[in-house]
Amino acid sequence: MKQIDSSHKASVYRRLQISFARRFNGCDLTLTLMVLPFVIFIIMFYYAQLFGWTYAFVNYLPGRSLFQQEFVGFKYFLKLFAPGSRFPIAFKNTLIYGFLGILASPIPALMAVFLAELPKGRFARIIQTVTSFPNFISWVLVFSVCFMFFSIEGKFSQVLVSIGLWKSGYNLLADESVTYILQTLLGVWKSAGWTAIIYLSTIAGIDPELYDAAAIDGAGRWHKMYHITIKSILPTYFVMLVLQISGLMNAGFEQFFVFHNSLVADKVEVLATFAYRIGIGNGEISYGTAIGMTQSIISIVLLFSINKLAKKVTGSSVI
Amino acid sequence: MTKKKRNISMFNIINTTGFILLGFIFAYPFYYLIIYSLSNSTEAARSTPWLLPRGLTMANYMYLFKRGDIIKAFLVSLSRTVLGTAITVFCSAMFAYLLTQRKLAMRRFIYFILVITMYLNAGIIPYFIIMRSYGLNNNFLLYILPSAIGAFYVILIKTYIESIPPALEEAAKIDGAGYFTVFIRVIMPICLPILATIAIFSAVNQWNTWQDNFYLVKDRDLKTLQLLLLEYLQSMDSTLISDINTALQKTQRTSSLSLKACISVVTMLPVMVVYPLFQRYFVKGIMIGSVKG
Repeated sequence: MKQIDSSHKASVYRRLQISFARRFNGCDLTLTLMVLPFVIFIIMFYYAQLFGWTYAFVNYLPGRSLFQQEFVGFKYFLKLFAPGSRFPIAFKNTLIYGFLGILASPIPALMAVFLAELPKGRFARIIQTVTSFPNFISWVLVFSVCFMFFSIEGKFSQVLVSIGLWKSGYNLLADESVTYILQTLLGVWKSAGWTAIIYLSTIAGIDPELYDAAAIDGAGRWHKMYHITIKSILPTYFVMLVLQISGLMNAGFEQFFVFHNSLVADKVEVLATFAYRIGIGNGEISYGTAIGMTQSIISIVLLFSINKLAKKVTGSSVI
Repeated sequence: MTKKKRNISMFNIINTTGFILLGFIFAYPFYYLIIYSLSNSTEAARSTPWLLPRGLTMANYMYLFKRGDIIKAFLVSLSRTVLGTAITVFCSAMFAYLLTQRKLAMRRFIYFILVITMYLNAGIIPYFIIMRSYGLNNNFLLYILPSAIGAFYVILIKTYIESIPPALEEAAKIDGAGYFTVFIRVIMPICLPILATIAIFSAVNQWNTWQDNFYLVKDRDLKTLQLLLLEYLQSMDSTLISDINTALQKTQRTSSLSLKACISVVTMLPVMVVYPLFQRYFVKGIMIGSVKG
């Protein structure tokens, strides 16, 4: 009896499979069912968050469903520009860090060009490992390193006091006149070595005959570096630049949250940390959502327009 | 000719010296953390160490480990790293395999909605609300579940699978093996190199992540090492401050700065040990990634 039942089930499933295949151009039902949990996962963990944007348009009160919230329209978006709002500060800082990052973008490329000139061997490998290591530690650890060096009791401070440049210990992390440059340099320190390795992989792909031919033509080292190496990595540099420009608004939460203190607050507050402070810190969920939403929409528009521009200029799309 | 040769070696000397200095800037901060953590805290506070610990001692570590919270946090971080990586690798690989199958209905569409997730960023608050509504706040699953599928990882594995000769897979299918069996028995073993790369990226990521913990997990038993380090650094933890103060009054054996150095070293050491060993896997990852672009 049981057997008949199961064979009956199997034949029902078989019929479903056949009609599915007919409908979807010979596709397999089993396969499609197997992928379903993954699709549901993507919707649940990525797309559902977009649904959270609706909270920017209501007066959020905890413990109620979305439909019981009071609709307020663009109230919280107007609040961004209300007098006394810190949004313009956070917006300005986000842009400044974005631009400084773009200004610093040739550094890893140049580093790779000079790395490629090192004699192949152990030394070059060690340098690569050492310089790319900071890319794989957290910003919390970077902060810890800075704390050990730049705080009042830190090494840097102590050295400057001992050679008489500073009269007393001084906390560089609480000096807002150096914040922009310090944070940018830290960003370079953390990622330049790793980005250089990406460029190195492009350099490794250059045909060695090019160098030989250039040498026969009497090109010196600088000529070869400029005309062959640098020109070969330009396309990669361009891709990276486009990605960086489209990420102009994406100043990360981690870096600017860990380095935040009340003395430098006006220089390290970026949109991501601001949204956190308003939304979770102060519990103003709707206002915080509006901040994040503004940032996301600007970045996505930026991404697509920059990509379109790049496509027009070079004929190939970056994303 | 001789002049040219001298030029070249001159360049080499300057270039090498430059990179030694650069290497120093990258490596010394970490070295300094280590020697500071091993120094006698009173001596180190008077005059910071340069190359060797001042008054070599394990007292700072002894004090740190006596507190106990660091061991718990280390275990939490270790569990999320191991479990999270296993889940990410398995799910991303399985999804990538299914996406390579031509008989999958709406294959292009599914791939499209996956790729879009790379550019989707709703912001912190929607993330916070949605995870909380799933009951993931104060829940260990928050650490390992949302990262199960990474679009970038899926793309890497998919590219890799597509480079395998299809004959291997077809032979298994003719033998009557289902998709899951083919995936486990044929695809996974062949993909081992790329899976290793992804595992290593994912593991470093898991080890370094603390924001999920910070936003949504208040349970002290689930605190990760990174967040604990941040709390030590910011000295937000009031029990910590009073503990250190009493320790200072009692014995003078440790200082807040020495403790910060110690916990930093504990947090950093696993990455420091793993990274040089597996660097080639990291590099392999970006090479395959750039093929796609």
